[in-house]
Amino acid sequence: MRHLLSTRSLSRDDAIALLDVAEDMAAVQEREVKKLPTLRGKTVVNLFFEDSTRTRISFEAAAKRLSADVINFSAKGSSVSKGESLKDTAQTLQAMGADGVVIRHPASGAPQTLAMSGWIDAGVVNAGDGTHEHPTQALLDAFTMRRRLHGAASRGRDLGGVRVVIVGDILHSRVARSNVWLLATLGAEVTLVAPPTLVPVDVSGWPASIGYDLDAALATMPDVVMMLRIQAERMQGAFFPNSREYARTWGLDDARFAQLPTTTMVMHPGPMNRGLEIAARAADSPQSTVREQVANGVSVRMAALYLLLSGEREVAR
Amino acid sequence: MSERFLITGAQLPSGERTDLLLDGGVIAEVGSIADAAGATVVDAAGLIALPGLVDLHTHLREPGYEQSETVLTGTQAAAAGGFTAVFAMANTSPVADTAGVVEQELSLGRAAGYATVQPIGAVTVGLKGEQLAELGAMAQSRARVRVFSDDGFCVFDPLLMRRALEYVKAFDGVIAQHAQEPRLTQGAQMNEGALSGELGLAGWPAVAEESIIARDVLLAEHVGSRLHVCHVSTAGSVEVVRWAKARGIDVTAEVTPHHLLLTEELVASYDPRFKVNPPLRRAEDVEALRAALADGTIDIVATDHAPHPIEAKECEWDAAANGMVGLESALSVVHAAMVDTGLIGWADVARVLSETPARIGRLAGHGAPIAVGAPAELTLYDPSASAEFDLARLAGRSVNSPYLGRTLPGRVVATFHQGYATLLDGAVRPADEVARHAAERLEVLRG
Repeated sequence: MRHLLSTRSLSRDDAIALLDVAEDMAAVQEREVKKLPTLRGKTVVNLFFEDSTRTRISFEAAAKRLSADVINFSAKGSSVSKGESLKDTAQTLQAMGADGVVIRHPASGAPQTLAMSGWIDAGVVNAGDGTHEHPTQALLDAFTMRRRLHGAASRGRDLGGVRVVIVGDILHSRVARSNVWLLATLGAEVTLVAPPTLVPVDVSGWPASIGYDLDAALATMPDVVMMLRIQAERMQGAFFPNSREYARTWGLDDARFAQLPTTTMVMHPGPMNRGLEIAARAADSPQSTVREQVANGVSVRMAALYLLLSGEREVAR
Repeated sequence: MSERFLITGAQLPSGERTDLLLDGGVIAEVGSIADAAGATVVDAAGLIALPGLVDLHTHLREPGYEQSETVLTGTQAAAAGGFTAVFAMANTSPVADTAGVVEQELSLGRAAGYATVQPIGAVTVGLKGEQLAELGAMAQSRARVRVFSDDGFCVFDPLLMRRALEYVKAFDGVIAQHAQEPRLTQGAQMNEGALSGELGLAGWPAVAEESIIARDVLLAEHVGSRLHVCHVSTAGSVEVVRWAKARGIDVTAEVTPHHLLLTEELVASYDPRFKVNPPLRRAEDVEALRAALADGTIDIVATDHAPHPIEAKECEWDAAANGMVGLESALSVVHAAMVDTGLIGWADVARVLSETPARIGRLAGHGAPIAVGAPAELTLYDPSASAEFDLARLAGRSVNSPYLGRTLPGRVVATFHQGYATLLDGAVRPADEVARHAAERLEVLRG
């Protein structure tokens, strides 16, 4: 693997191989000494054009546990408003000898532009681009599902037959997109539930079914319910009347949660709006995987960095 | 260099072969010409002679954005593409919303001499869509402005649009509308559809164009005015224009070369060379636009030549500027999309790229059929050549062409403006030579 830009382009075998390496990394996390020497001497830059403390520290922890040197480069604000272009930033990192760049950017496609531009030789990991993709989030979600379902026997397995309901702002969610592609690749059945205003106009080509009725989707007793964060700025965009109506219609409240089988996993990529898309009882229940997702995030990102940066780098295209 | 040219063996749009003598700024002779002492002979065997091309939609960027293009470099690009007249859009800095600015552009164009530069005036002051610019003053200025446009922005306020349509009737003007509903396209990055959802790019829905065109044709009907629709890009817009024409509404429409050839699939690369407004659409839209140009629903091809500096395109998609340069490639693209597909012939090419745009813009001295006494505005095109479109084909200041690396048919070999050459053997003539010829022509015209 040279770059990790999307889950759309990830094959089933590559995805399972990455999840299996993540299992190895997770095993290391249970040791007293959590650090591997694998990436000693390599430099990983966390290039964040958007604030995301959670994702950044997860990547930072992953790189450090592989003994890489980590540089955090916060370049908040668009390249235009900041006055420095993505190209100049990339060439700066190139001159500093970055081996890997983890990029978070508000513009969809920016990681691909960085990877394909020729400005930089480093491997590029997409840590979330605009409303496009967030591949490591989807990988850690899949990893979490697989572990819950198969425990120690997870290695080599896909998610065949697992029924996943993803609820919320599909239109603006890079997490939803990455999950739809990856879960379908791994054999899961995906249902998206959202207000019609928060579904892209044409999703006929997506490997998922679409619904507007959360109660109907939950009545199928899915294996996983994934609640997406509602961003504050959506309140002003006339996507729905107000947060109360949203919570009442598309929130995982106590009544809805109570009707789910106790085996149904409740997932959330965080940070949660408690009381809006998810009630506290669901978020804090044993069915909630929220904290596992955070822990597994480090393992999955270790696996991604390991696969991209260990050994000989593939020659660019 | 001589100002007399003997062009031998050219094929006219009708298919007929002939020699042509250019003398004194006009086509002096047509037919088999045995003797033309002192004339420079141009062997046009295998070449098609077209009336000099006229672009109703060019961004020359001067004054204000000279790092992208100037009147000189933009008209050099025009000459390279076979154009002898360009209508210069008003979104300069300062905006072309006063007689002073349009007269300045006119003068710059005359001094450069590569093509007639016909300024377009802004509809509203500063393109802000709030109050009418001095349309009458621009119409009565030396620039004789007849086309008014806020291009880049839609004249969104329906009352202001109505007034503009009505007001320009006084001097046979036309409003060229950039049809884009602003609220429906806030932050829009590409055509809205399956692909925008997948790529996570904010959508520019077809309805945002179609609804404005529908409103404007109804307004034009109500007040009995003439409307021109810029860069029609969707199948639905074609239907609206077709309906309006069938109803007898005085509307004309243009399509860009890129909307006739390229589709939104190119956006999947996130390569900003393909970022343009209105955006590249679906293959079905391209098909509908081609059919509409062939059947006359769409009247003309206009380039929307939009130069941008390198840094405006070497960046992430969202940050990139909208627009593509198009003058140098237009004829080859129309050749590929319309002629090679059998939809139109060369006489139609002359109509949609020269005769009709000159008529819509009320531009005298251009767009006339090739005949004795017609102005010596002429383009020689080699339709047999097919080559990768490369940087050498670009003659303007900017290189944001979506066709670089793509194989296109044909090549403009020579362009004649006011009887002198602006392009010969595929090479743009030197600026000092062209400026000298232009000055001489101006002397002659002033007597």
